[in-house]
Amino acid sequence: MVDDVTPAGSGQVDPASLLPPEEPVHLLDPDGTLHEDPEYPVGLDDEALVELHRTMIVTRRIDREAINLQRQGQLGVYASCLGQEAAQVASAWALQDEDWIFPSYRELGAAIVRDVDPADLLHLFRGTWLSDHDPYEHRFALLSIPIGTQALHATGFAMGARLDGNPIVTVVYFGDGGTSEGDPHEAMTFAGVMRSPVVFFVQNNQYAISVPLSKQTAAPTLAHKAVGYGLPGYRCDGNDPLATYAVTRRAVERARAGHGPALIEALTYRMEAHTTSDDASRYRSDEELEAAALTDPIARLRNHLRRRDLLDDAMEQRFEEEAAERAQAVRDAIYDAPHGDPLELFDHVYVAPRADMAAQRDELRAELARRADDDGGAA
Amino acid sequence: MAELITYRDAVARGLAQEMRRDPSVHFLGEDVAAAGGVFKATKGLLEEFGPQRVRDTPISEEAILGAAMGAAMTGLKPVAEIMFSDFLATCWDLVAVEIPKTRYMTDGQVTMPLVIRTANGGGLRFGAQHSQAVENWAMAIPGLKVVAPSNPKDVIGLLAAAIRDPDPVLFFEQKSLYPSKGEVPDGEIVDELGVATTIRSGSDVTIVALASMVPRAVDAAEELEGIGISAEVIDLRCLVPLDTATVIESVKRTSRLVTVEENPRLCGWGAEIVSIVGEECFWHLDGPLTRVTTPHIPLPSADALEDEFLPSVDRIVEAVQKVVQ
Repeated sequence: MVDDVTPAGSGQVDPASLLPPEEPVHLLDPDGTLHEDPEYPVGLDDEALVELHRTMIVTRRIDREAINLQRQGQLGVYASCLGQEAAQVASAWALQDEDWIFPSYRELGAAIVRDVDPADLLHLFRGTWLSDHDPYEHRFALLSIPIGTQALHATGFAMGARLDGNPIVTVVYFGDGGTSEGDPHEAMTFAGVMRSPVVFFVQNNQYAISVPLSKQTAAPTLAHKAVGYGLPGYRCDGNDPLATYAVTRRAVERARAGHGPALIEALTYRMEAHTTSDDASRYRSDEELEAAALTDPIARLRNHLRRRDLLDDAMEQRFEEEAAERAQAVRDAIYDAPHGDPLELFDHVYVAPRADMAAQRDELRAELARRADDDGGAA
Repeated sequence: MAELITYRDAVARGLAQEMRRDPSVHFLGEDVAAAGGVFKATKGLLEEFGPQRVRDTPISEEAILGAAMGAAMTGLKPVAEIMFSDFLATCWDLVAVEIPKTRYMTDGQVTMPLVIRTANGGGLRFGAQHSQAVENWAMAIPGLKVVAPSNPKDVIGLLAAAIRDPDPVLFFEQKSLYPSKGEVPDGEIVDELGVATTIRSGSDVTIVALASMVPRAVDAAEELEGIGISAEVIDLRCLVPLDTATVIESVKRTSRLVTVEENPRLCGWGAEIVSIVGEECFWHLDGPLTRVTTPHIPLPSADALEDEFLPSVDRIVEAVQKVVQ
């Protein structure tokens, strides 16, 4: 095992070895043609490729359902991952089961790879209750609503796991906007020095709400930022599921082998508005969206599978039906889901509630009871 | 057997006691290992526990707390040092928004058994940006526990209790107290969070103090005794959980309250105590509820000026006299 206490130090690494490639790694053309690259082997069998495709379809369908639920007043807000299915699903696919994912609020695809029930995540956006999934069961942390903070948690988790002799890797998702926050900066500084097994996965979806990448950074690419922390910077076509998979796997296995953290910039495009509260037509054109649609990640893998006769009409129809069924299950779980018991809100602030909180809870209980009596009297 | 040790050495002793007992306790921060801490409060820990468990970090306060948070999720019990409590402002997102919300937002599924130690308060001429008493900031955040010991024995016992506590604890060491000495019994010391101590009994007035204000309150009580005023002194020790029962019981007996805090006037912790006592003891009171605080200005660094601004024994005595007359 590599000693993670001795600082990596400066001057020990050839800076050129950290630089991202001039062109993002790209293996699959929009028409489905595969260009193999010996440096980035894919190594997925046919069955896995089909499964990857199926998972992206499920992701897109549930994502659509979440938008619908918000439009019908069932969710307060929702941040869509439309167009980013490959960046999320294929990167999460590159992890081992024990590896941990630290998501931002947009990572539905990665959650689905981890068998997190999407309804458990959507409860957070409904305000029904808090995030319901068990992070330990799915190795999938709480969705981070604040920007970029989860980079720190992933770094600490990796350090802790390492101290336990646990050979896991943590992967943290954040966006192009997140790279401007201080948290990822400090996280990469830390992870670099401690050689922590963390992969910083930036989905560059070109916009931070309305601010385009050109106004977000003056860096040549986001992957170049890695060099400043002594991390290798990788860059891939994030709408190419196979390139995303191969690049992520390489960074993850490198980290697992004790060679330290890495930064991946996956180039993708946010096809929806920032969230359901945002109107993207105010800051980007239809022409731009139409151009972006031509690089759709799902069509690309579909074309590839069809070319190789790994996918036929019947399978496609079945996948769509399955996706619709899962979306319906999410709808059933969320639609008009009742709110939790308000008194329960006191339960998890501390492991053992404070005495003064018990008094505050009693006050609320009495007030709720009075209100119920009043309502009863009025009715 | 007991021995006389400094508040400073009590920090290292408390940490070592818990690190020997529990291998999942890890300690990280800036200059904490090789240097033994800028206040020399963590001397000897690196030598005893090695560089994996006692770790010097880059100057990245967000990462120190973020890493502690992530490591706590793996089951470790990290103790993170933020060198000056003023620097909590650089990582306040972690203190206020991330660490204390995680258990709540995961429906109790993820706990945060970590401790943030920090050197707090004035008296060492460090000026406006390295002398603030900010324990009241932390008190305002649900999900945190807030501890501020006044003597070496409490440093050890409350630090042990904080490390063993399953919730995140902000542990404020008053930096002006580091050289102060106190009797500490041999062997393991484990205290309890949320229990105030009555360190001096009295019948005319209750003085509630915390950390560096405790010895000053005791000095004031002795002076007051000379002029015929019997003052009870309570060391709160913890702001969260807050031992209101001890304070209320005392004020109901003495019928008067003076709080002594280092916080600048507005929204210092004394205001919370006064509010609680006003509500709970109103019909027992024989004098105005009174706060002694630092004025609501940044602290100066000049020694004479700083001494004038921090609550002094004289100021406490005067405040009590006004309340009792």
